[in-house]
Amino acid sequence: MSSVDTYPGAFWRLYRSEARLVLGRRRNIALLVVLAIVPLLIAVGVASSRHQDSGGPAFLGQITGNGLFLVFTALTVCTPLFLPLVVGVVAGDSIAGEAGTGTLRYLLTLPVTRGRLLVAKTLGTLTFTAVSVLVVAVSGLLAGAAFFGLHNVTLLSGDTVSLGNGIGRAGLIALYLVVALFGLAAIGLFVSTITENAIAAMATTVGLAVFSLVLDSVPQLSAIHGVLLTHNWLGFGELLRTQVDSAALLRWSALHLAYAAVFLSLAYARLTTKDVTS
Amino acid sequence: MTALVTADPDRIVRTDLAVRTDGLTRRFGKQVAVDSVDLVVPRGAVYGFLGPNGSGKTTTIRMLLGLLSPDAGDIEVLGAAMPQGLASVLPRVGALIEGPAFHPYLTGRANLRRLDACDRTADPRTSKDRIDAALVRVGLLAAGEKKYRHYSLGMKQRLGLAAALLQPRDLLVLDEPTNGLDPQGTREVRHLVRELAADGATVLVSSHLLAEVEQVATHVGIMAGGALLRQGELHEVLGGETAVVRIATPDVDLARPALAALGLELQDDPEGLVADLGGFAPEDVAAAVVGAGARLRGLRVERPHLEELFVSLTGEGFDVLR
Ligand SMILES: Nc1ncnc2c1ncn2[C@@H]1O[C@H](COP(=O)(O)OP(=O)(O)OP(=O)(O)O)[C@@H](O)[C@H]1O
Ligand SMILES: [Mg+2]
Repeated sequence: MSSVDTYPGAFWRLYRSEARLVLGRRRNIALLVVLAIVPLLIAVGVASSRHQDSGGPAFLGQITGNGLFLVFTALTVCTPLFLPLVVGVVAGDSIAGEAGTGTLRYLLTLPVTRGRLLVAKTLGTLTFTAVSVLVVAVSGLLAGAAFFGLHNVTLLSGDTVSLGNGIGRAGLIALYLVVALFGLAAIGLFVSTITENAIAAMATTVGLAVFSLVLDSVPQLSAIHGVLLTHNWLGFGELLRTQVDSAALLRWSALHLAYAAVFLSLAYARLTTKDVTS
Repeated sequence: MTALVTADPDRIVRTDLAVRTDGLTRRFGKQVAVDSVDLVVPRGAVYGFLGPNGSGKTTTIRMLLGLLSPDAGDIEVLGAAMPQGLASVLPRVGALIEGPAFHPYLTGRANLRRLDACDRTADPRTSKDRIDAALVRVGLLAAGEKKYRHYSLGMKQRLGLAAALLQPRDLLVLDEPTNGLDPQGTREVRHLVRELAADGATVLVSSHLLAEVEQVATHVGIMAGGALLRQGELHEVLGGETAVVRIATPDVDLARPALAALGLELQDDPEGLVADLGGFAPEDVAAAVVGAGARLRGLRVERPHLEELFVSLTGEGFDVLR
């Protein structure tokens, strides 16, 4: 029966539909707009208070000298809270949202097999994560260029590298952040298979990220800090040294990917045995 | 029980059946929502799946489509065992399960596009044409660009039907397809079901509109309290109940002895006489009346309707049982 054959490119079509669904949704667009505004606010704040050296996040002091540092500052500011929030919302909504509106039962009876659905939802969430990080970085780059100009970059170690090299490092930082947030995204996808209540799934996911941040800030728990979900998120500063400790970066990335593997496996086990009663 | 069920099961070739379940059972906690159900839906049938609220129709349908796992029993859909055959069988099955469900912030058309894009068996080149055709078929073409959230109840229901019709289907499982539809919509669904059946599809339709079902169904199954009480061809299921003949005549005294001689058990009726028809031919009854010299004003044979059978099987009680 020819109608049962899979069309070539069918998965690509499913993925595109998934990406369009998350990127086209008004709530998600609003989240991206907020992310885009963060670098602008930092730029305005820094520009209006020149010459006042008053602490603040890493790299803040260098922004006036080189707009590229606005990218690093904005990513540092967004990493603990804004980006996890965005990832938590999209990942938590991914399957629970479909279950809540009842569209899950129609996807499954098309059929989209459950494994395929999880892969598509994972890629859709990852796409949105990457877009979110890029929005912060690009907005930071544009605002930095407009407010302070772009110049050769003085690294943390004191050496100076070309602007192109600096932008390349910014790109690697963005990539590292996407990998780091993948762990959280996988947790969100798993939570999303447990409930039909998308809001609860989002809140749980974001809550877990915050919980990890809190544990990370308690010195007495330093024994477990190394394996916390959020512990190495800001490790991307490593990429701003002349001698990048790539072994450390790979080790941290492996931890994030291990989180992703564990929770995606749990999500798969849960989704493939789930009774769909919504 | 009807012929189909009591017939030697080996005589029914497996592939002649669009749906077959064997001892299908599902519990929710202590409650047995579906209790050893043996569905038999022949290919090409329009199977009216009936039962009071909470009798287990939707739960059964969910198990057929692989959304719920049964606690016991076997399922076969279009000749393939479920749930192993889901991926190969479901593309040939269109379904409406417990009402439509779509993304509220997308338009009707965008929702269909989404479903079509997710269907690995859908040809992307014909996507637009098939979506248009489905919208036309349910009379929703003009409202295709409206957000689903702004649809009326009946429009939502129509979009659900359109989704089930995006591809050619061998089996349609329609759980209360007429819910919320206007009289025209209800009539359209009736036509649609007939059309689909005429094209060779099997339609399993659950509904509370017994008069509608009676008009389109070739087979019925009646559920109550999780059990399948009766199933088979419509006329057979109804045939179990006796027809009544109502004889309208002003000359009751002339007609009565003649009809009694024929063997009818007569009762008085405001218009004349009434009797269980039993095995008698209506024309013989008419001839007997006229032959006795009585003036015959009218003679009506009343066959029982699904509604009477339904109530007699499932009880008069209005309360949901559990
Ligand atoms: N997820 C669930 N958890 C617990 N009980 C359930 C669940 N789904 C259904 N039930 C119970 O199973 C029984 C059968 O429900 P089902 O939805 O199959 O009825 P139905 O015949 O479709 O009724 P209706 O005509 O109202 O649609 C009901 O008593 C219902 O409360
Ligand atoms: Mg129901």
